[in-house]
Amino acid sequence: MTINNNASLPSLQPEWTLKFENQQPKLCLYGDWLAKNNNIPQLPRNIFQNCSADISVQFDTDQLRTWDSGFIAFLWELKNLATINHISIDKQQLPEAAQQLLALLDDKKPEVSPPANPPFRPLYNLGGWVIDSLNSLGVTFQLFLFALKGVFKFLAGRSYMRLTDLLRDIKAAGPSALIIISIVNFLMGSILAFVGAVQLRKFSADAYVANLVGIATVRELAAVMTAIVISGRTGGAYAARIATMQGNEEIDALKVFGIPVTEYLILPSMLSLTITMPIMYLYACFMGILGGLIVSILMLRVTVLGFLYQTFGAVPFNQFIFGGSKTIAFAMFIGVSSCYIGIKSGRSAADVGVAATKAVVAGIVGVIALDAVFAVLADIIGI
Amino acid sequence: MTNTQPAEHLLSVENLTVGYGERIIQHNINFTVKKGSIFALMGGSGCGKSTLLKSMIGLLPPKAGDFLVKGENYWKSSKQHRIDIGRNFGVLFQSAALWSSMTVGENIALPLQLFTDLSSSMIQRLVELKLGLVGMSHAINLYPSELSGGMKKRCGLARALALDPEILFFDEPSAGLDPITSKRLDDLIVNLRDGLGTTIVIVSHELPSLFAIADDGVFLDAETKTPIAYGSPKELRDHPPCELVNDFMHRQIFEHPK
Repeated sequence: MTINNNASLPSLQPEWTLKFENQQPKLCLYGDWLAKNNNIPQLPRNIFQNCSADISVQFDTDQLRTWDSGFIAFLWELKNLATINHISIDKQQLPEAAQQLLALLDDKKPEVSPPANPPFRPLYNLGGWVIDSLNSLGVTFQLFLFALKGVFKFLAGRSYMRLTDLLRDIKAAGPSALIIISIVNFLMGSILAFVGAVQLRKFSADAYVANLVGIATVRELAAVMTAIVISGRTGGAYAARIATMQGNEEIDALKVFGIPVTEYLILPSMLSLTITMPIMYLYACFMGILGGLIVSILMLRVTVLGFLYQTFGAVPFNQFIFGGSKTIAFAMFIGVSSCYIGIKSGRSAADVGVAATKAVVAGIVGVIALDAVFAVLADIIGI
Repeated sequence: MTNTQPAEHLLSVENLTVGYGERIIQHNINFTVKKGSIFALMGGSGCGKSTLLKSMIGLLPPKAGDFLVKGENYWKSSKQHRIDIGRNFGVLFQSAALWSSMTVGENIALPLQLFTDLSSSMIQRLVELKLGLVGMSHAINLYPSELSGGMKKRCGLARALALDPEILFFDEPSAGLDPITSKRLDDLIVNLRDGLGTTIVIVSHELPSLFAIADDGVFLDAETKTPIAYGSPKELRDHPPCELVNDFMHRQIFEHPK
């Protein structure tokens, strides 16, 4: 907004001069003092060096034309410098509106310390990171145990978890994710078959494409790809939902009522994933093998029955048990870790985004790390 | 100063109907807001004050009627023109709505960076000034999550002032504040109006605030879904046109006649 006395005149450069009349300083102000013109002058820090303390600066505003907040910014800087030099300012000659605004401003700008840059202490930071990680791991495991206890309470009919919440989470984690699970696993099976066909054809081992697709899909890809998709889709959503509840003080409200957060929030999330992911794993196996079958039919001219015979000959039933077991572990991990990240998030909108990102990253990295553990275990027990 | 200039209608609401979907919240709203005045949208909870405000700040198209800003029909203008008109608006939301990923200083600087050609040093000076005006200079490098409710409100006001708007809209500025902070905010609003000549539209049902600052207003009724009284809160308190307004202004319980 412009406080405009002479709007029709062309804009004049804002200028000031400090004059002395009988040792009395007078600041004469000329022109248009508009912030939008980007030409508000800066005051030199030593403007009052020739003035003795305890005198008063007066103003001459006869030549002052239009002004806005840029003028007030200038006057505030003047007020600050005057205060520092123990000089008072006589506001009588200033426009009345400017006097009122100036009265709202402190005599001296408060010292604002710049945002602190944390010192570079690599050992300290590494130690902190390790302690935080171990702490997070411990708390996540504790939450897992609480959730497990909640399962038993649920089975005994004494849980705070509502069945409607569980069914809602099952729907969100399962049926709603089918399309993306279908696309990802179908394409993974197709790509595997395509790459396998190109390589195995060189050794006249085309028939083994079915073995490759079957074993890779059932043992590894279906479980891992499904878990990664669920981690990105559902884990991120859980973390964001709980972080938003944190920001709205909904978690505090649960605590005040004495409703255990683990049972009310984490249990339905973990159970829904644990129930739906093994089913989705089987569905993912089907889609992956279907993708491999279609590519094999198109590239290798194999028959459907021939491909399936070869596949099920190569993939014994215990591979499905192994893949399914992995999926259950992945589901529990994603459910608990994403809820933990949501609960530990801050309370702002930005923290919701951070929580969702963290949950997805932790989910993907955790799933792959768990898969490595399973690979070693499988080697030990000879699956 | 604007206060001493002849009264001029800056905003006009003509036969406005507001609502969500098929649901009508208020209809047949008519009033004008004089330049440099503080205009209150009054009424009980759920009567549609904030809904009407949303229509006035461009967030909710009205179901019918017109909203004129300096004679220009806001909702019948092109989208770009509405944006241009909206640059003259500053809005203080009920929750302050500061962007949580930015510091308070960055919150105020952003509109200046996006919509002006000012140098970074001038922007910095203006950011400091706006924060100084609301007494929050010390918070320039703090994040909204580090502020109390009252501090957020004041910083939200500083952001609303960033582009020196001609019209300020306040949604429940005193809600959730203690009486002292609330009084300070009221004084600040009046000082800003007097100092900058800003026209202010304020949604509130905080009676002490309304009596202290508002020059004019409209009283909305949730039952009839229409305005039932016009005038300053003091006038409505001293000369209530109906029992509902009288009871509201004197904090008595009113029951609509069956």
